[in-house]
Amino acid sequence: MQGVNASPTTASMPARLLNRSIGKKILMSFSGLVLLGYVVGHLIGNLQIFVGQNALNAYAVFLHSIGAWLWIIRAFLLAMLIIHVWTALRLYFENRAARPIGYKRKVYQEATLSSRTMIWTGIGVFLFVVYHLMHFTLIITNPQYSHLEDALGRHDVYSMVILGFQNYLISAVYIVSIAIVSYHVAHASKSMFQTWGLNDTNFEKILHPATVIFAWLIFLGYVSIPIAVLTGFVKLPEGVI
Amino acid sequence: MALDSQVPSGPMSEKWDKHKFDLKVVSPANKRKFHIIVVGTGLAGGSAAASFAELGYKVTAFCYQDSPRRAHSIAAQGGINAAKNYQNDNDSVYRLFYDTVKGGDFRSREANVYRLAQLSENIIDQCVAQGVPFARDYGGELANRSFGGALVSRTFYARGQTGQQLLLGCYQALARQIGLGAVEMHGRSEMLDLVVVDGHAKGIIVRDMVTGEIKSYAADAVVLATGGYGNVFYLSTNAMGCNVTAAYRAYKKGAFFANPCYTQIHPTCIPVHGDYQSKLTLMSESLRNDGRIWVPKKKGETRSPNDIPEDERDYYLERKYPSYGNLAPRDIASRSAKEVCDEGRGVGETGMGVYLDFSDAINRLGEDTIRARYGNLFHMYEKITDENPYQVPMRIFPAPHYTMGGLWVDYNLMSNLPGLFVIGEANFSDHGANRLGASALMQGLADGYFVIPYTIGHYLAGVTPGEVKADHGEFKKSEEDVKQRVHKLLSIDGKRTVDDFHRQLGRLMWEECGMARNEEGLKKALEEIPKIRDEFWENVKVVGENEELNQCLERAGRVVDFLEFAELMCEDALDRDESCGGHFREEHQTEEGEALRNDDNYTHVSAWEFTEVGKKPNLHKEPLEFEEVPLAQRSYK
Amino acid sequence: MNLTLYVWRQKNAGDKGRMDKYEAKDISPDMSFLEMLDVVNEDLEREGKDPIAFDHDCREGICGTCSLNVNGVAHGPEKGTTVCQLHMRNFKDGDKIYIEPWRAKAFPVVKDLIVDRSAFDRIMQAGGFVSVGTGGAPDANAIPISKEAAEDAFDAAACIGCGACVAACKNASAMLFVAAKVSHLANLPQGKVEAKRRVVNMINQMDLEGFGNCTNYYECQAACPKEISVKFIAQMNREYFRSLRYKEK
Repeated sequence: MQGVNASPTTASMPARLLNRSIGKKILMSFSGLVLLGYVVGHLIGNLQIFVGQNALNAYAVFLHSIGAWLWIIRAFLLAMLIIHVWTALRLYFENRAARPIGYKRKVYQEATLSSRTMIWTGIGVFLFVVYHLMHFTLIITNPQYSHLEDALGRHDVYSMVILGFQNYLISAVYIVSIAIVSYHVAHASKSMFQTWGLNDTNFEKILHPATVIFAWLIFLGYVSIPIAVLTGFVKLPEGVI
Repeated sequence: MALDSQVPSGPMSEKWDKHKFDLKVVSPANKRKFHIIVVGTGLAGGSAAASFAELGYKVTAFCYQDSPRRAHSIAAQGGINAAKNYQNDNDSVYRLFYDTVKGGDFRSREANVYRLAQLSENIIDQCVAQGVPFARDYGGELANRSFGGALVSRTFYARGQTGQQLLLGCYQALARQIGLGAVEMHGRSEMLDLVVVDGHAKGIIVRDMVTGEIKSYAADAVVLATGGYGNVFYLSTNAMGCNVTAAYRAYKKGAFFANPCYTQIHPTCIPVHGDYQSKLTLMSESLRNDGRIWVPKKKGETRSPNDIPEDERDYYLERKYPSYGNLAPRDIASRSAKEVCDEGRGVGETGMGVYLDFSDAINRLGEDTIRARYGNLFHMYEKITDENPYQVPMRIFPAPHYTMGGLWVDYNLMSNLPGLFVIGEANFSDHGANRLGASALMQGLADGYFVIPYTIGHYLAGVTPGEVKADHGEFKKSEEDVKQRVHKLLSIDGKRTVDDFHRQLGRLMWEECGMARNEEGLKKALEEIPKIRDEFWENVKVVGENEELNQCLERAGRVVDFLEFAELMCEDALDRDESCGGHFREEHQTEEGEALRNDDNYTHVSAWEFTEVGKKPNLHKEPLEFEEVPLAQRSYK
Repeated sequence: MNLTLYVWRQKNAGDKGRMDKYEAKDISPDMSFLEMLDVVNEDLEREGKDPIAFDHDCREGICGTCSLNVNGVAHGPEKGTTVCQLHMRNFKDGDKIYIEPWRAKAFPVVKDLIVDRSAFDRIMQAGGFVSVGTGGAPDANAIPISKEAAEDAFDAAACIGCGACVAACKNASAMLFVAAKVSHLANLPQGKVEAKRRVVNMINQMDLEGFGNCTNYYECQAACPKEISVKFIAQMNREYFRSLRYKEK
């Protein structure tokens, strides 16, 4: 019954973050928050599509105009992504190891499906991000749209997006993927407040519904774009094939 | 042999202070050379082990549970008394002392009780400092309630889980010492014998309940904090594992057993519901603060309680004891319940129950207030009985709960065997023939935190540390005895299960040596018990082997000792030809059916010395003197 | 009623273990779950077979010894109840009942349904206390404590250390157990003094014992027989944040 190790309070702060379970929670939540911030910012940018061709293309030009900053931001996001994924994988394998023999019967009473499937929705999100970058940023999957230009000679992102989503398959993949992202976000945003210790008595009343609404907003916001394209609400400008 | 209680001279209020100064003290440098064994780590043992370790002694502690946090002290619901007088209701050390002596029906040792009342204040301070979350008022001060037959509010509580919170406080103190390496803790370990060398207790034999290994542990002093023997009745409010083995083994090695017939039957328990029942559940006595106890006036009443009109109900406690009413002491409340049930006015399927009715309190205070006060108890009741006590009166019946008797100890809490100390429920000293509510926690912690840490030093200062090692011949002999007993149990291979024998013994004890006893019944029990014991040794079936976790064997070992101990209990009950507190001899009662003491012949402690199994033990008497509280007939009218 | 039980049997820590089938006959709905097992066991004993070993002691829901996973739920289907207080009226004739021990690397099986929970004791030894010795405590009313703080502390302190939180958690995490003790003491002025040191030490020990990480499933609070809230885990997280820069001198 005895044998407690010598006091660990002399361990350094990074060690406590990297190696202790709550430290890992903190890393997950902060890297997740940054990525979540990106998801929101990206959505706001994307929604420019409803303003029109000019607005969206100008936004794209603006992003490229900040030059080095863009790369710094991208590097930062990548770092956060790596921390998030790396910690997630560590947690996953540690947690599996914590129960080497499972139950013959196991019934969950409170743990939601979204909470229990974070690793899988997470992998889904990751695969989607890779595909999404190849589609719109690196323009590998549909290179035929890479040379579109608008009347001002800017890269015509607007038309590229519309042409992309006019493909039912691409739209379907996109909508399903966004659903997965939102499902991931649903548990993540709630979980984040718990990790930060903000889950007090008011939490259930206000924050919990707020996180659900938030996840729905993310879903509806993103999905509105392919839907708008498919229903013809957003149309190709004149002159594009 | 003359029993020297070691009670110091001088005025009552100065005895302890004077005695403390007279006690020898072990120097700090020498303390670590002394090794103390503590058996049982509930409130008494846990607090003692932690305190010894803080002082610098080397401590090895044992408990049969997997962790010290699970000792049965945890189940105490109501609270802990302390003479703080925080409520300004004229409480004092003297009043707590007086109440306890009187409540014990003048069969306790005055000096011990006075010390207990004095130390009660320190206990609360200590527990608060440890972080025990006692109930508080809005001003931030500690809340109190009146409890179990007290006229003042001196009971501190933590909802209905006071025992749990106090035990956790004590467990945390112990955990700290284990973590520091000052206490070596052995869970899932059962003491099976005491080892005495040249008249001094020098160690114990322990069975590791996981591996079956039987091992000797030597020390300079042995402290038993192994609780009471209520499970001799099979059904009691004790935990399933509670047993008399450690105390009984010490008795067989020469320690005197005092007043074994003093058993407390708690008035508010959930009635028995079937043969398969394994234990009885206590409902805190605090329920009696707001609940009214009654039975129908008519025998064989079949109407449901809510249909019985007010004038056909007999609120018998209020009728018989107008000033205390439903708060009459435990022994009186229990006996009155038995009386009305014997008259055929009991309620429920078995007729063994009385109503505890909250409808008046709910009408007066509202359901929310009652829920706030007793919500968890009502919830528990509903879970067990499937009845909603907010709507239907509870049914309650007395059940064996606490045992005031125990190993004889002097003022230093040392038994007649030098080096063997006994604390908490396992000793006999403070409660006399009846314990008041909220006093058990108080006694356990007073013994462990504030008495034995001083008195054990006095003993140790007189012995050479490490004198006897575990390879001494006496250890080998005891180990062999234990192993043989285990071997014998496993080889009988009879037809009846261990529980079957335990149930049979329990039923007999409940009938003949329970709430009311008489000469005829006790003599009958004394004839029956050896028969059950003989059959046990021929016809019990203990499956499995020793070298494994074997719960069947564990139970068998405990029942073996209950089968011998029951006889001692009946001998004592027969010998004590008077009624006092929890010991009610039907031959001795007043016209109103109250316990009638015989002070001329029985104002003494009966301390029994083991002779031989099946033979009558030798009786030693420690006379009791009452200087402060004059002997009087208890009256709660 | 008659029931079919599927029970985990494992002779000792080294044995591989398996599920065995038993029939429980003539079970009264008023029995507790453990009394039902007693009946099965007494029959086994009469037949000379090894009875099913399971941990239990007080049988009134407070000692935290009993620890059975019943039909996939720690302590069985009734909320806020230890398995010793679970009554057979929650089941019906012909039911199949799966009974398994707590499953966690940190809680190795000792025999059948009994597991070794000493990991909890070691976590407590690492810091689950207030470092005060016996004696010298100031008067109990010297430090006023608000009723709310005392109630909050109590809500957390109600933990019985049974381990159902670990058993229920998908990750076998002990966070609710540790959080209950950390929060209990941090909510009281007496415990606040060493709150930082405590949380660091207890979390450290918790990790060393091989429990999983908390990923906020909240399954623990659903299984907890004392219904301890996950808000105490949130509180512990706050305490851990505060202690990040704490260093022992």
